Amino acid sequence: MKKTVGLFAAAALVMALSACSGGATPAASGGAGGAANKPLDKIVVGFAQVGAESGWRTANTKDIQDSFKEAGIQLKFSDAQQKQENQISAIRSYIQQGVDYIAFSPVVQTGWDAVLNEAKAAKIPVILTDRAVDSKDTSLYATFLGSDFVLEGKKAGEWVANEYKSASAPVNIVQLEGTTGSAPAIDRAKGFADAIASNSNLKVVASQTGDFTRAGGKQVMEAFLKSQPKIDLVFAQNDDMGLGAIEAITAAGKVPGKDIKIVTVDAVHDGMQALADGKINFIVECSPLLGKQLIDIVKKLNAGEAVEKRIVTDETTFTQDQAKTALPTRKY
Amino acid sequence: MKDIFFKVIGHRLFWPLVMLVVLIAINVINVPGFLSITVNAEGNLFGSLIDILRNGAPTLIIAVGMTLVIATRGIDLSVGSLCAIAGAMACSIILTSPDPNNVGTVAVAVLVALALALVLGLWNGMLVSVLGIQPIIATLILMTAGRGIAMLITEGQILTVQSTPFKFLGSGFIYGVPFATVVAAVVLALVALLTRRTALGMLIESVGINPEASRQAGVRARGLLFLVYGLCALLAAVAGIILTSNQTAADANNTGLFIELDAILAVVLGGTSLNGGRYSLTGTLVGALVIQTLITTVYTVGIPPIATMVFKAAVVVAVTLLQSPTTNAALERWRSRPKPTKTSSRPSEPVVAR
Repeated sequence: MKKTVGLFAAAALVMALSACSGGATPAASGGAGGAANKPLDKIVVGFAQVGAESGWRTANTKDIQDSFKEAGIQLKFSDAQQKQENQISAIRSYIQQGVDYIAFSPVVQTGWDAVLNEAKAAKIPVILTDRAVDSKDTSLYATFLGSDFVLEGKKAGEWVANEYKSASAPVNIVQLEGTTGSAPAIDRAKGFADAIASNSNLKVVASQTGDFTRAGGKQVMEAFLKSQPKIDLVFAQNDDMGLGAIEAITAAGKVPGKDIKIVTVDAVHDGMQALADGKINFIVECSPLLGKQLIDIVKKLNAGEAVEKRIVTDETTFTQDQAKTALPTRKY
Repeated sequence: MKDIFFKVIGHRLFWPLVMLVVLIAINVINVPGFLSITVNAEGNLFGSLIDILRNGAPTLIIAVGMTLVIATRGIDLSVGSLCAIAGAMACSIILTSPDPNNVGTVAVAVLVALALALVLGLWNGMLVSVLGIQPIIATLILMTAGRGIAMLITEGQILTVQSTPFKFLGSGFIYGVPFATVVAAVVLALVALLTRRTALGMLIESVGINPEASRQAGVRARGLLFLVYGLCALLAAVAGIILTSNQTAADANNTGLFIELDAILAVVLGGTSLNGGRYSLTGTLVGALVIQTLITTVYTVGIPPIATMVFKAAVVVAVTLLQSPTTNAALERWRSRPKPTKTSSRPSEPVVAR
């Protein structure tokens, strides 16, 4: 799901997150718009979405639309079909229409300074969702709301460290990486490596890219099963690759979740189903449900309050039992 | 003796075969059990070589169609998108049907997907033969638009199907042999029979070598172009269904992404010239095996993901350099060097396109 995030992020390895890492400084732009303290039903928010490239993104769109409807705030929505020029023209049209706030998930990290400056000149606060921009000038946006990929990797690693805390023999881990060079792939690998570093028994014996796809995960896992004499655990950086690995493990005559444990990131529906079925052991959520937090930000800015420059999406983790409980009410 | 040696070296499949053996040797050194093939609990063959044959099947199937297209001095860039369209079509039909596990449903879905691809292939053929658009441009249209069509069919979603008969197409086994491999073998055999046991292959080559001369000799190029582009699209759809079935989901963005490049590479490694004309299906088979073995080697040997592309490029550059006419001409000179008296009297052998 986060693949396109990765693809685009790969184009600009300069991590935008570093620009926002000073997350503790409150934004000065809160309430900078002339529209402060409007009644909620008078607020207009323009949202420029990336597109509808994955199930994750569709869930993201639906959640944002539903949340705005529920909060009674008017939402103008546009779909950029994964093209930056579409997104820039959508933002320009929002500026011309004089909306109160602009929110968008940038298609790519670079090239936003001009249009963001236009928004700033029009005194319209901008909220980045899901993806960051690499602008040096952080006053161009009010806040960045999205997942922390390092933290996701860390949560996965912590579960593994805990699961094998009493292990005396070496535990062989294989890693299925996301698209090489993409932000989620780099950060999840880093967080995971940091979390398992404390236990010298935990060793990543092989790591290859499965490109965030099922077919990729399956093919890499097939090769690992033959080249590695003993595999105890698979860390797949997204659900899809984990699902591919399940098929490879089954074909090799082993039981996924028992003979070889599997930890993934995402918690999309198919992944959760596999978790509930006992084929995956642990999933770290990477939630597309940003709507509620986005509304909170809009409300805060409207009330003239300060918001943090970096807000991490509310995300949880799922064990097999939690998945069984959560599955029936899952939105995506 | 020496002449035989040079004849072997000069054969267009010599270097690709050497590379195949070298790659397998690298794997065997790293994983001693690489060549072992066992029968697993379900009675299916299991081993790295089986994986290569199964995972390489889609590339081979597409490369067979691509070989014929390239033989007519054309190229088909749209095969990757056709994979996505076929997969999307099949999955959406299966998903909307009341009973996804019904063999009939799956058969209908697959046939509709194949028919759709055939129509699109004929569209390619029409652009090339009737409107006279250059093949690379004509098929570029569908390459770009095709993913959009697939997206329309899937409504931008990744469609996951839980259908036992559909899953069989990509990951099933028949008498212990992967079904995808059987399909690839049948496709290769049928196309070989069709083009080599009839005059069809020669006609295709003649269109590629000199379209005008063929026309004056009475070869109907137009019909042949419709045929090869249609067949290429049909085979792309077969591969697309195998790929989609293998991952049990239709992914409009990623199914068959860049597979056109792998297929073209397989054809070129197999010694078929992009200038059209003489083609070799055996060569394409070897080319496809080299590519898949290369991918497996990367995983088995544990080449870091960052270096993967460079490693692949190095292997491809090595094979193409060794295969090139210039290299062979150099070998030729070296061969004739010890007999300086003879070379002057003998006309140098022409280095024809290989």
